[in-house]
Amino acid sequence: MTAGPDGPDADREAGPEDQPPADAQVPVLALRDAAKSFGAVHAVIDGTIELYAGEAHALVGENGAGKSTMVKILAGVHQPDSGELLIDGQPATLHGPAGAQQAGIAVIYQEPTLFPDLSVAENIFMGRQPLAAGRRIDRRKMNAEAAGLFGRLGVRLDPGRISRGLSIADQQIVEIAKALSLDARVIVMDEPTAALSLAEVARLFDVVRTLRAAGAALLFISHRLDEVFEICQRVTVMRDGRHVLTSELAGLTADDLVRAMVGRQIDERPTGQRAAPGELILRVEHLTREGVFTDISLDVRAGEIVALAGLVGSGRSEVARAVFGIDRYDAGRVVMRGRELRRASPTGAMAAGIGFVPEDRRQQGLVMDMSVQQNVALASLGRLRQGGLVRAAAERAFAADWAVRLNLKYGRLIDPVYQLSGGNQQKVVLAKWLGRQPALLIVDEPTRGIDIATKAEVHRLLARLAGEGVAILMISSELPEVLHVGDRILVMREGRLTAGFGHDEATEEKVMAAATGQLQGQAS
Amino acid sequence: MERDLTARLSATARASLRWETGLLLLVVAILIFGASTSSQFLTSGNFFNTGVTSGEIAIMALPMTLIIISGEIDLSVASILGMSSALLGYLWARHWPMLAIFVMVALLGLVAGLVNGLLVTRVGLPSLAVTIGTLALYRGVALILLGPNTISNFPASYTNIGVLPLPGTQIPYNVAIFVVLAVIFGIVLHFTATGRSIYAMGASPEAALFAGIRVKRVKTMLYMTSGLVCALAGVLWTFRLATAVQNNGLGLELDVVAIVLLGGVSIFGGKGTLAGVVLAVIAFAALQNALLLTNFNQEATGIVIGALLLVSVFAPNAAALWRTGLPRWARGRPRRTAPTT
Amino acid sequence: MTSTVTERTGSAAAPGAGSRRLTERVFRIRESGIIVVFLVFVGVTTAIHPEFLNQQNIQFLLVNTVVYALLALGETMVVISRNVDLSIGSVLGLSAYVSAGLFGPHPGIPIPVVFLVGLGIGLACGMANGLMVALGRVPSLVVTLATLYIIRGIDILIVGGNEVTAQTLPNSFASIPRAGLLGVPYLAIAVAVVVGIGAYYLRSFRSGRELYAIGSNPEAARLAGIPTGRRIFTAFTVSGGIAGVAGVLWAAQYQTIDSTAGTGYELTVISAVVVGGVAIFGGSGSAVGAAVGALLLSSITSALNVLGISQLWLEAISGFLLLVAITLDRVISLRLQAALRRRSAGVGT
Repeated sequence: MTAGPDGPDADREAGPEDQPPADAQVPVLALRDAAKSFGAVHAVIDGTIELYAGEAHALVGENGAGKSTMVKILAGVHQPDSGELLIDGQPATLHGPAGAQQAGIAVIYQEPTLFPDLSVAENIFMGRQPLAAGRRIDRRKMNAEAAGLFGRLGVRLDPGRISRGLSIADQQIVEIAKALSLDARVIVMDEPTAALSLAEVARLFDVVRTLRAAGAALLFISHRLDEVFEICQRVTVMRDGRHVLTSELAGLTADDLVRAMVGRQIDERPTGQRAAPGELILRVEHLTREGVFTDISLDVRAGEIVALAGLVGSGRSEVARAVFGIDRYDAGRVVMRGRELRRASPTGAMAAGIGFVPEDRRQQGLVMDMSVQQNVALASLGRLRQGGLVRAAAERAFAADWAVRLNLKYGRLIDPVYQLSGGNQQKVVLAKWLGRQPALLIVDEPTRGIDIATKAEVHRLLARLAGEGVAILMISSELPEVLHVGDRILVMREGRLTAGFGHDEATEEKVMAAATGQLQGQAS
Repeated sequence: MERDLTARLSATARASLRWETGLLLLVVAILIFGASTSSQFLTSGNFFNTGVTSGEIAIMALPMTLIIISGEIDLSVASILGMSSALLGYLWARHWPMLAIFVMVALLGLVAGLVNGLLVTRVGLPSLAVTIGTLALYRGVALILLGPNTISNFPASYTNIGVLPLPGTQIPYNVAIFVVLAVIFGIVLHFTATGRSIYAMGASPEAALFAGIRVKRVKTMLYMTSGLVCALAGVLWTFRLATAVQNNGLGLELDVVAIVLLGGVSIFGGKGTLAGVVLAVIAFAALQNALLLTNFNQEATGIVIGALLLVSVFAPNAAALWRTGLPRWARGRPRRTAPTT
Repeated sequence: MTSTVTERTGSAAAPGAGSRRLTERVFRIRESGIIVVFLVFVGVTTAIHPEFLNQQNIQFLLVNTVVYALLALGETMVVISRNVDLSIGSVLGLSAYVSAGLFGPHPGIPIPVVFLVGLGIGLACGMANGLMVALGRVPSLVVTLATLYIIRGIDILIVGGNEVTAQTLPNSFASIPRAGLLGVPYLAIAVAVVVGIGAYYLRSFRSGRELYAIGSNPEAARLAGIPTGRRIFTAFTVSGGIAGVAGVLWAAQYQTIDSTAGTGYELTVISAVVVGGVAIFGGSGSAVGAAVGALLLSSITSALNVLGISQLWLEAISGFLLLVAITLDRVISLRLQAALRRRSAGVGT
């Protein structure tokens, strides 16, 4: 059975065809009361999950809930300390990733790992390429088989092309094809939509439906509850390593899930009045970079938070990077407090008072191997100098001060920053920039991959900063965040600004419509 | 409440300390070995000779340290040495005044480093491949300049630096220059913002960029510094041997890299100390000298260098495996909320 | 949250048969480019000095290339897997002295045995390298740098102050490089065949492709279950073995062997390999291209001779060529990536 990629009706509710097939009584793969500890850390205490053929099952929970450990157990990377793993109802042990592969379990990670120099077909069949006489590789057969797999998935991809340059969405498709070629009966997808555009998400969901129809059992890990409701039939919630609930999704609301994940109601609305915005800090005029963004003009004033919303791929991060000077632009200008900034000069931007918290915390925001204090001090070394020299004591004092202000949780300031949790790592990045007392703070996806409690802390921090007169430009793909935190909301789509809303007039529907090009009177 | 000194140090600092302690022990062991196999080893005359012969390599190891920590490598160092030596001889044979020659040689070193730097930072080529190419190119320039000739009629006032010590002391000029440069490079690496940025770009080039560090500029400056220092080494070498010939310094680049790696600098960048490299220089020089005095075939000292190099890369792996291989994130979740220093 | 999809779906799903043709065209240019460059070079030189292509010169050129081409084959296997073998020069030197030195004390020794000794020495060195790199997870640059020293040191100790001279070598041995058919040395043909077999293996057999995979993305290779340790070990062993055999051939060719034999060869060979289209970070390239790169670099010597340019320019030209080759590669690769990105995605992805 194949399904074509011609516009799924994504807003239908779960229908009869979404019930697990009646004959799938025995779960294909089940993990019961699994426990896994690493030293003193109990990652999973009683993890339980059951995957049935033909069904997409969601696994949700905050960071630290134990989801990734569960995935690694299912992938054969870790052996559970206790509990049992059942394949088709029979107890089994997975001997490493190879064992999991043999048992028919495939895992699609968030960042697909392909061989960029090799062809798509070769990526799928590496190590198992079909052979001709004399154990030579039969390329034609390999390409034909790959094309067949893509046909089964209902996507079009050229098996002979080199995989370098493929979009993340296409790379995922290749990974799925690989899973299919291994006759995977269980396919685990770890945050697959994080880096996809709306169209690519739609295509992925079509593939998921195809896989379900073909009888595979799917495990879908995601932070995006709207997607969970759209594509999955059942959900398991974990919290602090424990199993909280497993249920059909029909009849549940997002709030129910959040409550189960967090154990309490989190009120995300930041308290406090919004003061009237002050002087003009940032003015971007007709900024253009060919093929990336066109004619972007926006203002940010002191004390206001401008949220830049849009779909992944609409060019927002590129605009931010161009303003900060990491990327170049072809036309237009950036004016900070009345003075035009030189292009492509991060040092110039920093000197003018801009701070930039980038999208990718681990690769761009932090030097993972360096200590907490060194990371915090990294953008302020010039100011910490005494007589031309930088002393560790000065770094330490500086970092300690900011650790208190941001309520940072860590072991010692000299510990490498990779030991911190995601939320605390983000606080280190924030401390780094706040230490420069910027006039304008650009934050790109400030709470991505962060647990809900820290998320709220970060939002309160942003509101407080705005109250102190900092101008903030926030890029976010999470609508709730955009709507709650932003004083003004700008929407970008495919490189252009398509709409602007004040805080009170903005609604999710309006923002989404502008982001996808549905607004009346807009050329699409 | 005073804490133990080592508790105040980060994990990397502690690791470096262990490495340098090991090196110190190695130096001591070599000194003992040398003293026991030759009565001349611990004489001041011998120290002098050792300092003189190892001076150029030692000097070249200093900028190489910074380059490797920044995540790159420079294999053209010995060729820049040779090229400077060749230029020195070439111009001297054409009766240029020595001062003007120094200026030209310095410029040549800077330009050679600039070419390396631009190819690596602006064109974006891997430094291993680039400096293999410039290694050949610069050696080739030396060949073209001098051909098969040798220039050896330098005035004694210059060639004496290889024979006489600094006036009033027993220290050879090479060693004095090395010490001064080591202090400067050490201060820059460990106590300046530029030094911090070198570690950052070696450990995570992207994050350094996003922190506003001018990675390209710093790396280009490092290569130019290396070029200048190697040109200086070329001048010293020429005067010490009182000869300019095209194969001066042939093959030295590997010695220099070996010393830096032995000094505890990671080939992957982002880790290492200058003190470690200084100790490695001493170990290397002492070893070469000790073997010389025992009539061990000089050219075969490579075996010992090679063995030391292997130890220097396998030891950290062995040590890591010795400690139970805890996954990173399990090595202690932070629990305290109050800052501790 | 509701959302209706009216995004253009075309861009995300387009297979871009055009992209495939583009990449294939570019890669074919790169791998055959070196052949074109070589032919152009030969053509131009011959046009200026027709005697460049006389029988004597060709023979000399081919004989010269044989050793480099063999070494290039072994080095290609290593570089493709994202490693480097710097010890080949030292292995060649050691093998040359020890194997050819057998003729002195054992004048009647059969020539195949001499080859086997050289091969054995090479394999032993290669296995040592392979073990350390594969098991120790230590960068091959450092390991082979160290073995370059160690093996050269062993060679020096064994050689002492002696050397092997032509008189000790039997004619049958010394004539190996020169024996030929219609002016083309058998040796050249044999090496060409060996290189061809090597290239074919790398292209069409699973374990060969796995070397490319390891070089293209070592982590993914491990995750995919490829026995990376075993493959890398084999690559280094083969590289060492080839260097060992090349040592024997070197001895047959030059007939005077002291402790400096083979010094500096590793960098020339790596230059040849990179010029021939093998990416320095692995994952792509062919042994044939590398061999042609070796041929090109060797022929520069002859060309300089014929054109009356001093041999002194050789080194500089080699270095310059290498820089040009990698710069070109980089520029082409950047353009290609940009083009592919434009084709596989819409604006801003």
